[in-house]
Amino acid sequence: MNGLDTTATTLRNDIAAGRLSAVEVCRAALDRIGTVNGSLNAFNLIAGERAMARAQDIDRRRAAGEPSGPLAGVPIAIKDNIDVRGMLTTASSRILRDFFPPYDATVVRRLEAAGAVIVGKTNCDEFAMGSSNENSAFGPVHNPWALDRIPGGSSGGSAAAVAARCAPVALGSDTGGSIRQPAACCGVVGLKPSYGRVSRYGLLAFASSLDQIGPFARTVADAATVLSVIAGADPCDATTSTEPIADFAASLTGRVNDIRIGVPRAFVTEGVDDEVRRAYEAALERLRGEGATLVDIDLPHAKYAVPVYYLICTAEASSNLARYDGVKYGYRSSAAKDSLKEMYSRTRDEGFGPEVKRRIMLGTYVLSAGYYDAFYLKALQVRTLLKRDYDQAFERADVVAMPTMPTPPFKLGEKTDDPLQMYLADVFTVSANLAGLPGVSVPCGFSNEGLPIGFQLTGRMFDEATLLRVADAYERVTDWHHRSPAL
Amino acid sequence: MPTTLTIADVERIAALAQLELTDEEKQIFTRQLADILAYAEQVQAIDTSGVPATAHVNAAQRTEREDEPRPCLSVEEAIANAPDAAPDAGLFRVPRVIGG
Repeated sequence: MNGLDTTATTLRNDIAAGRLSAVEVCRAALDRIGTVNGSLNAFNLIAGERAMARAQDIDRRRAAGEPSGPLAGVPIAIKDNIDVRGMLTTASSRILRDFFPPYDATVVRRLEAAGAVIVGKTNCDEFAMGSSNENSAFGPVHNPWALDRIPGGSSGGSAAAVAARCAPVALGSDTGGSIRQPAACCGVVGLKPSYGRVSRYGLLAFASSLDQIGPFARTVADAATVLSVIAGADPCDATTSTEPIADFAASLTGRVNDIRIGVPRAFVTEGVDDEVRRAYEAALERLRGEGATLVDIDLPHAKYAVPVYYLICTAEASSNLARYDGVKYGYRSSAAKDSLKEMYSRTRDEGFGPEVKRRIMLGTYVLSAGYYDAFYLKALQVRTLLKRDYDQAFERADVVAMPTMPTPPFKLGEKTDDPLQMYLADVFTVSANLAGLPGVSVPCGFSNEGLPIGFQLTGRMFDEATLLRVADAYERVTDWHHRSPAL
Repeated sequence: MPTTLTIADVERIAALAQLELTDEEKQIFTRQLADILAYAEQVQAIDTSGVPATAHVNAAQRTEREDEPRPCLSVEEAIANAPDAAPDAGLFRVPRVIGG
């Protein structure tokens, strides 16, 4: 077979029906990764042998007449901040460059139980901190549509892998847009579930009140299928929800004539690139044409979401990353043999990259005596106000529509010297994390330079069914998702 | 009140964060953190009187469970990734803590 220019659903059904073997599909995925990874740098690790053994197992089970799981034989790429037992998991950090997790993340256990075949671990910003994938200790990922452009971040490797047809689906994590924003940059679908929908057990923690694992796919239906597999309560993550889980793929009816789409006009204004704005307006019109109603909504505190996000996520990160101290796992500096305290600080200075240090410093500052109330506590209060904005918006609308990113993917190196400018790339994505809401980015066009543009929908808490229904309805009447990068 | 940040502030924060920064890093972070904090200060103008803090969106959820032992990592597995372990004793080894 020629690459993997097909969906997970099709592959799974072809394998279940015996038209394809899991081994053939796995080999095609590994071949494709081998062909393109040199130019993309999307994978930190290619798990060829293990993947082929798993694929053989899937074929053997099918031959024995065992029922096929919902992802039986489907290749999947896993962001390198999600634990796979015994498989090198680095979070793209020098400090974890030789860490072999002693257990599986819950999402990994569920995916493998459903028959998915893990083909490798994908490159990302170090500890998922970044919007361009340039903060990886293993070098940046290149955008498959234009190799001199960012793939988005932090889950840039997963997005690039799906866009480049290395695997039909991948997992990422989204703390402030790290699934949706790279999905937009790479022209694929990226879904951040509601906070608590998917277990974070085995996800290397960045900001625990914001982090959420979710899928990348080329179609909304595939993203829905993966979500159904990974979602659900988990005793290993006390923040997982016991809300019932819909069959998300079954909710994709193509109908939107009962849907009210909230449009926050006042928020989608300055700083938005003209081509992005036109694609956004065209997507809204397209959905209106399908019967949806557009309603103006106001999110008066959304303009504060970026500062609020960076105050909260850095505070949480400074605490979460205290565990990397050269004792229990990971890198230890060889420079300080005589004092424990010096060993800690040398290890952390040598092990962490610049952005991670910057965020640990910022978070430590905003939690420190004298600044806690003015920065951290204040940010938590504005978070409440932002959440109330969404509560009010969802009285009038069923989903909220925004661009995913204010510009098409920018050039590698363009913003690396100015962290604040980089943070502003997250202006449309961080609100969903602060409010805990589900969000999805779907392809909605290309710039004149041929760079992908994403359309973002945000849904009510735990209402991924409606969110995905609208996204799928849009996908059905457009063909952006059929285009492939020339690699 | 605009945030001003000095090298001494950065050194104090680095000590709290257990980071031994180079002189160059101290210079860069002093400038960059001041920029970011100046930008973040805009939240201080928002009226939040009487507004509760949201630390967590699912905070109301019950998380109690029976206090029963469940399977966990063996000592061997738990220390397998340590840069310096004493497997026979089942311990992590670290440099001297007191004196020396």
